This record gives sequence, C-alpha cells and structure tokens, in this order.
Amino acid sequence: MKTFFERSARFVAAPLGIGPRGLIVLAALLLLPAYFLPLWKMTMFAPQYPDGLRLSIYSWKLEGGNGGQDVKEINVLNHYIGMRDLAPSDFTEFKWIPFVVGALGLLFLRAALIGTISALVDIFVLYVYFGLFSLWSFGYKMYVYGHTLAPTAAVRVAPFMPPMFGHRKLANFDVYSYPGLGSYALAAVALALAAAVILAGLEERAEQRAEAAVAG
Amino acid sequence: MKKALIILIGIAAGIVLYCAPSAPKGSRKAPAGASDLAVAAQKTYVAPGDLDEFYLFASGGHSGQVYVYGVPSMRHLSTIPVYTPYPATGYGFDDDTKAMLGGLTWGDVHHPALSETNGEYDGRWLFVNEMNGRVARVDLRDFKTKQIFGPMPNVSGNHGSAFVTPNTEYSMLATRFSIPLPKGRSAPIDKYATEYKGIIAAVKIDPKTGEMSQGFEILTPPFDWDLGDAGKKVSDGWMFWTCYNAERATGKLEVTASQRDRDYIAAVDWKAAEKAIAEGKGDVIGGVKVIDPKKVPGIVFLMPCGKSPHGVDVSPDGKYVVGSGKLQGVTTVFNFEKIQTAIRNKEFTGDEDGIPVLKYESIKDAEVPVGLGPLHTQFGPDGYAYTSLFVDSAIAKWKLGTWEVVDKVPMSYSIGHLCAAEGDSASPKGKYLVGLNKLSHGRHLSVGPSQPESSQLVDISEEKMKLLYDAFTEPEPHYAQMIDAKKLKPIEVYPKEENKNPLAVWDVKDAGVARSGNTVTAKVILVRSTITPTSIEVNQGDTVKIAMTNIEQTTDELHGFGLLDYNINIVVDPGETKIVTFKADKPGVFPYYCTNFCSALHQEMQGYLIVKGKG
Repeated sequence: MKTFFERSARFVAAPLGIGPRGLIVLAALLLLPAYFLPLWKMTMFAPQYPDGLRLSIYSWKLEGGNGGQDVKEINVLNHYIGMRDLAPSDFTEFKWIPFVVGALGLLFLRAALIGTISALVDIFVLYVYFGLFSLWSFGYKMYVYGHTLAPTAAVRVAPFMPPMFGHRKLANFDVYSYPGLGSYALAAVALALAAAVILAGLEERAEQRAEAAVAG
Repeated sequence: MKKALIILIGIAAGIVLYCAPSAPKGSRKAPAGASDLAVAAQKTYVAPGDLDEFYLFASGGHSGQVYVYGVPSMRHLSTIPVYTPYPATGYGFDDDTKAMLGGLTWGDVHHPALSETNGEYDGRWLFVNEMNGRVARVDLRDFKTKQIFGPMPNVSGNHGSAFVTPNTEYSMLATRFSIPLPKGRSAPIDKYATEYKGIIAAVKIDPKTGEMSQGFEILTPPFDWDLGDAGKKVSDGWMFWTCYNAERATGKLEVTASQRDRDYIAAVDWKAAEKAIAEGKGDVIGGVKVIDPKKVPGIVFLMPCGKSPHGVDVSPDGKYVVGSGKLQGVTTVFNFEKIQTAIRNKEFTGDEDGIPVLKYESIKDAEVPVGLGPLHTQFGPDGYAYTSLFVDSAIAKWKLGTWEVVDKVPMSYSIGHLCAAEGDSASPKGKYLVGLNKLSHGRHLSVGPSQPESSQLVDISEEKMKLLYDAFTEPEPHYAQMIDAKKLKPIEVYPKEENKNPLAVWDVKDAGVARSGNTVTAKVILVRSTITPTSIEVNQGDTVKIAMTNIEQTTDELHGFGLLDYNINIVVDPGETKIVTFKADKPGVFPYYCTNFCSALHQEMQGYLIVKGKG
C-alpha cells in the first residue's frame, strides 16, 4: 500500500515531456474558437418557414438567423404558448462561460510551463467537470424554458423538452439541434488533454522501467 | 317530281350555306399541333415555387393603378396603387397617401417608364403619367408610390408621357388637348387654331432621390400630341412626339382631324431648350417658364409623318426614329443623321407658327409595309423591330436597315401597345414580347359585358414568332415595361432603423393615448396578435390622430387597422408607421380590428374606439 502511494506521488510529481506539453498548449489554443464560433445550433422548419428559423448559441451571446430577426420571430411564436422570451439577460452562462474558458486557458499554460503530471491531471479533471457542468446547465435551461409556460397562454401545450441533440417535432415545427463548431473545438480540447495524460503516463512508465533496469 | 323537288331543295340549301359561311373562307388554320402546345406550355410553365424571369409593369389605364405581372407565367403578382385609393393596401386612407392623391380619386395611367442609366433600365424607379397633368414616381425598392407631381400648370391631357431621357434627367410629356393659356382663360372654339395651345413639358428628376420638380415648358400649335420617345446614344438630347390633328380642327375630330395625308412628329432638342432656359429665355405663363419656339428658334422642328401617327419609337442604337401612321399600311422610318443634316441645311418646306417643317424626302429612310393600322414599335437585341397593327390585329416583325417584313403573328384582338423585354431601351433582351390587346371576346369564360383586356405572350427567341399564352388583364394596359427580374432587389420589411416617424413607438410600454386640447393622439402598436392600446377613449368632436407602427420585422407580417363606420382602413407593412387623422363626430363605440390576416389569433386582434357623446 505504502509503495502505491509513494509510486503515485512520484508519478504525479514527474516532469512532462515535450509531447504532453505540446498537447496542453494545443488544448489551450483550441479553447479560443469558443469565443467566436457557435457552441450550439438550433434550426426550426415549418410549412410557413421553409427557409427555417435559426438560433446560434455562442459562449457569450444568442444570435438569430436573418440578421437577428429569427430570435424575435421565435419569441413572437413562443408567446402564443406562454413561453418566456429568449432574453440574453436570462443566460448567466454568457457571463461565466467566457470567464471560465479564459481561466482554464491560463491554467493550461501554467500546467504546460510547470510541466508536472499533477498539473496536467488537475486541468484535465477541471476541464471535464466544466464540460459536463456546462452541458447540464444548457440542458437544464432548455428544460426550464420548455416547462415554465404561462398558465394564461392562448395555446396550451404540454410542457416539453426541446431537443439537445438531433431532431424533434414540436407542433408544426421540425426542430434540429446540434453542437456548433465551437463545441467540437471544446471536445477536441478534452481529447488533447486526454491524449496528453495518456502520453505522459506512457512516458513516465517507460522512464520507471528504464530506471528499474539501471537499478537492477 | 318528288325527286326533282328534293334535288332543288338540296341545291338551294347548298347555295344558302355557301353564301353564309360560318367562318371566312380559307381562314381555317391548321390547328396547333400537340408538340407546339407542349413547347408553349413548357415555355410558360413556372413550376410552383419557381420564379419568373421578367417583371412586367403594365399601366392600369383609368383604373389609376399599375399592375405587376411575372413573365413568362403572366401571373398577376401585385397591384401598385398610384392615382386611385386601393383599400387592399390602405392606399389613399392614411394622411400621407390621401394628401398625395390631392383630392382626386382617379387618374388615367398610360405609359409607365422605367428609370434609365445610359439608356438601359436601372431598376430604380417607375414613372407613370396620367391624363390630369400628373406624373407619379414608384420606388422599385418597395414597389410604393412615393410622389405624385402635378397637376402641372398649362398642361391639359397629359397623354404623351412619362417618357424618360437616357439618364433619367427628365420625364418628358406633351399634351393631348390644347386650351387657351394660362389655365382659367377661355376663348371661343372657333378661335381654336390660334388661341388654343399645346404644351411640351420637361419634369426634372433628382438623380439621387428621383424627386420630381418643375422643369421647363414649350409652347406648341394646337396639335393633339400623342406619344413620344427619347433619343438615345447618337440621338441623345432629342425627344420625339407624334401628333394627330395637324389640321387644328375641332368638332367631329374622327373626320376633321383625318384630312391631311401627313401630320407631324416633333423633334425637340431638349438640351438646347435646357440651355435657353438657363440663359433666361422664355416667358412665365401660369407660373412656369415657357419657351415659345417662334421666339427661340432651333429647339423644335416638325417631321411630316403619314397618317395621324400614333407611336414614335427610337431604335436601340438611336439611329432610327420609327413613326407609325395609324390610318395607313406602312410605318415610316426616319434617319436621325438625315434629320440633323436637313436642319443644318435648312431643308424646310414651310412652318407652323414659326416652327420649321422639315422636307419629308430628306429625312425619311423607308416606308415599311408592315400592314394596316401600325401603332407602336418595340425592338429585339438582333436588329429586328416589332410593330403592332391595330386594324390587322397582328404583330409584324421586320428588319432594321433592310426594311424587310419577315413574319406576322395574329393577335386576339386589336392590339394596341406591345412590350418586348427591355424593348425600348438601348439594350433589348428579346425572348418575350407581350401584345396588349384591346379586345378579348370569346377567349375566356364569359364574365358579362364588362370584359377584361387580353395580354398575349409571344415568343420572339426564334425567327418565327410564336403565340405562347393568353392572359387577361385589368383595364387598361396602354403600355408596359418588361425588365430583367435580376435588376430588382426589393426589400420585404422596412428596417426599424430607417423609420424616422416621430410618432413611431416600438415597445408596447410606450403605446398609449395623449390629449392636447381637442386633439387626441394615439400611439398604437400592431404586432401579433394585439393592437395596443386595446381601447381608445375620446370625446365627440375631438380630432383623433392615430399613429400605427407595425413593429414586426418579419416578411409578410402585415397588419391592418379597420375602423368601422368611420371609413378608415389602414394597412401597415412590417416596420412602417402610418398616421390617420379624423374628426370623431359620431358618438358611440366603434370596433377596430386587424384586417390583414396575420396569425392564428388574428381574429382576437381587435379593440374599441369609444366616442363619448356631448349630451
């Protein structure tokens, strides 16, 4: 048991090679698209809207298609079922996500400089947590929008969950929801960090074997 | 005996039938083959959801409107109200359009003219004249009438209009009727030849905004000016107008004005006229500077043209001026170079009130035997001309330069104007031509005595013209303009940022009613599916001003405001503000509601005007 702790303490304190450090820097760079590419895209088609109504969710803003007009149109339609307006002020995410992404980027660079497996594991765990929390937060927001319907609405519909991934038919609308390019970049960040962890582990194990061979 | 009787009856029946045929002999045309019909159907069929290639702007005659059709489908796409109230769009009911109509509720729209740059349609504006001395501008950005200019001083019967010059410097007009000038003066009819005057007028157009203003006028003898066309390219700077009644006759004009073998086409050097005005020449008549050609020579010349010419059309290269004498069988082609030479060499045969008459033989290039009753000519991209023949009820195709008539196609029936794709511009597009016929009888389901006009689509893409389609149009398409659809890029909502109306509000919180003395101003918001405020309270006798803003920015989300028993009917386009002012003279409760179906809850879009009685 003691040896396991000793070994793992030594393992996490071990310095990173150039490969994992490079991957961490790459992960930091891959955070950047989250500032200017949409994280999620929703498209809604109906007979009356053959060109579709488009909604792009960025880390810091909501953008409607057709020069922003589509958000207004979605709100006009939603008011008939008593749904709240999609208002940027409702999205606290627009404030904290850009901050957290920036902070993560700085931590990534710090990890690349300090260059220990421990720092790498920290940012990896933190990042995965951030990713999962954001997804949950997004899903919860959708749930709340679909379930907080004014009781005085002209048209009563059963509370519903808008689709997060894929297609769902809602009244006369075919709604498609998919991650945007920004989310793919963020997924690539997770992959880069995971690759860095694996690479660092392999390098460290090879190191230990080499040491053992020298000692032996 | 009995046999002989039967034979006799048989012979008699044969003679009777032969002498009273059911159709003219030899007139039975071979019926169009199935393949011809299939080709015509394919050429005109615009599949659901597909778009036409050309816009056709057809004058609505005395309906006062302009009708927009798609070519080749010939589908009626829209009506642009110009001189007549049009409840469908609320035109003529709100304060602005009511003021623009100026108290007149009709106009006789004749000749739409698309704005031009270097002689080509630029798709910015459409100018249309009407007989009460007015010209209107339709902005093709939103297909709305923006200005009605006139009635102009001294102008009586604005028929020879609204032809634009090649860079839309002016919209030119000439009067069909002559009266003693200035307006308001009278003279006995037997003084017609000397006391009555015609007018040629130039309406100035602002090159940036299209805004029209008073240009200059030219005094003419009392001829009945008919149609005109601006010179282009080599003949830029000149205008041409036909006239009938060079006889200066009165009374039964169909006889008295048809005595001479030749009437005139006026050739007007409008750039020289512009210069003369700039030099301070001309006399003020009726508040406008008028040039008397007798006092200022070198501006107007008369070209003899047989007989009672109707249309005058300048070829795309500007070299030829085609005058169509409606009471003869030929159309006359004049050569612009020869006209210039004749003017320089003073080859005159006389004068009319001091205006020189050019020697016919010196300026004429050809008399093309197109057929009976030639009226108007349009051009193709390949040197061909197309002349409508009213009496023959046909279109003749002929070649410029060789003057050879190569084809004819019958029209049903009695064609007036015709319109080829960009066919009066410096670069005609060919492909399609629409014959604007005066009579349609028998070619459509009967709709009673008030018959529609007929517009027929003709394929001019090949050597032989082919009739493709019959369309039935609102009265009365005098002339039309056909423009490549790619040249127009209309907006579909009015951008909020462009709305500068001081009474516009964009948030329902700002909608409401305010009183100032006896005037009540309601700032109203129209948006799916509420008219805010939902009730407006005023006192009997108040002046009520309702400013409605449609805050939608979505295509096709128009909202209406119909106020019962007050004859108020407004339609507000997305992003637009319209104001209506009226006196609440009737007490009671008057519902208002959205007239333009907008949404699933359109019926609920309603409210009440409460007018409290004085008692």
